Amino acid sequence: MTGENEVLAEIGENDIAPGVTEAAGYSIREGITTYAIGFALAVLLTVASFATVKTPLIWGPGIAVMLGVLAVAQMGVHLVFFLHMTSDPDNTNNALALAFGVLIVLLVVFGSLWIMGYLHDRVMPTGDMQQRMMQMQR
Amino acid sequence: MSTVDAFMPSGRGRDPYRLGHGHREAHHLARGHGEGGPARKRVVVAYGFWIFLLSDIVMFSAFFAAHAVLQTATAGGPTGRDLFDPMSVALETACLLVSSFTCGMSAVATGARSQLWTQFFLAVTGVLGVAFLALEAHDFAGMIAIGAGPQRSAFLSSFFALVGCHGLHVTAGLLWLGTMMAQVFVKGFRPNILRRLLCFNLFWHVLDIIWIAIFTMVYLIGEGR
Repeated sequence: MTGENEVLAEIGENDIAPGVTEAAGYSIREGITTYAIGFALAVLLTVASFATVKTPLIWGPGIAVMLGVLAVAQMGVHLVFFLHMTSDPDNTNNALALAFGVLIVLLVVFGSLWIMGYLHDRVMPTGDMQQRMMQMQR
Repeated sequence: MSTVDAFMPSGRGRDPYRLGHGHREAHHLARGHGEGGPARKRVVVAYGFWIFLLSDIVMFSAFFAAHAVLQTATAGGPTGRDLFDPMSVALETACLLVSSFTCGMSAVATGARSQLWTQFFLAVTGVLGVAFLALEAHDFAGMIAIGAGPQRSAFLSSFFALVGCHGLHVTAGLLWLGTMMAQVFVKGFRPNILRRLLCFNLFWHVLDIIWIAIFTMVYLIGEGR
């Protein structure tokens, strides 16, 4: 006789709550191992971030890019090992909501930077404008 | 004959979602996909809270955008390089990261229904959260004391808004944590308490994810500006 959970897993109709691992045979030891691996990776990436700022090995303008990559990697580690995000069909709803959230976040942050950077380059500050007009009047 | 064979005669190879089928035989098993009634309450509650957290992240993204734009708008005042203490930031980061781990450990303890270990790990999480807030408050007080308060420049306004907003979230999380410890102690592992613990875990882990963005963008990149 197959258990109810296995049946549900097989027909793919057992949605999983976010932050939960409900795989068959999930034990305390596995739970601790998952969090420990995640913690070790997160510590590694955090230390790498702080070291990136200190080390003279990285070309100046590349540091911000390096930090960005490390931060995204660490967020991924947290999502997978602490929030138990998977690509499993049972997790589709959670992952889709997350994907939509990430889309909005990227639009807001990079959209703002793009627009404000463009304005900064194209629009003359008020002080300069007055000076220029004074010069033209002479 | 097993339950699977009863409604899956040909096994694999059939429509995996069994669209339009199974109303009669399997309605007690099928959940979601519009068949067999709503999902379990635990899934619905946690999913709703997940949507809230994502909307909270979207709100934070507006503060992040403002700070990213205004990071160099110091109005002749102090810059990040003058104000930030890398040691303090590293300690704050360590506090939150370890507390995220102990929060996960409390979830494992809850899964094993261990009152003692759940309380222990929640308490450690709380102590680390308080340490984080104390460090942050100390930093803020030091900055305000030397005239680098939120009214000094657009850079500092957006800094205090973003980091302060995260600090308020941690404060709210600590109040919630205390409440959960009391509820677990008094009421035990009832289904509604388990759902609240799950939501609290989600909240605490997401706060740490937001802190990753803060220490990277505000402090590490900000110091280089």
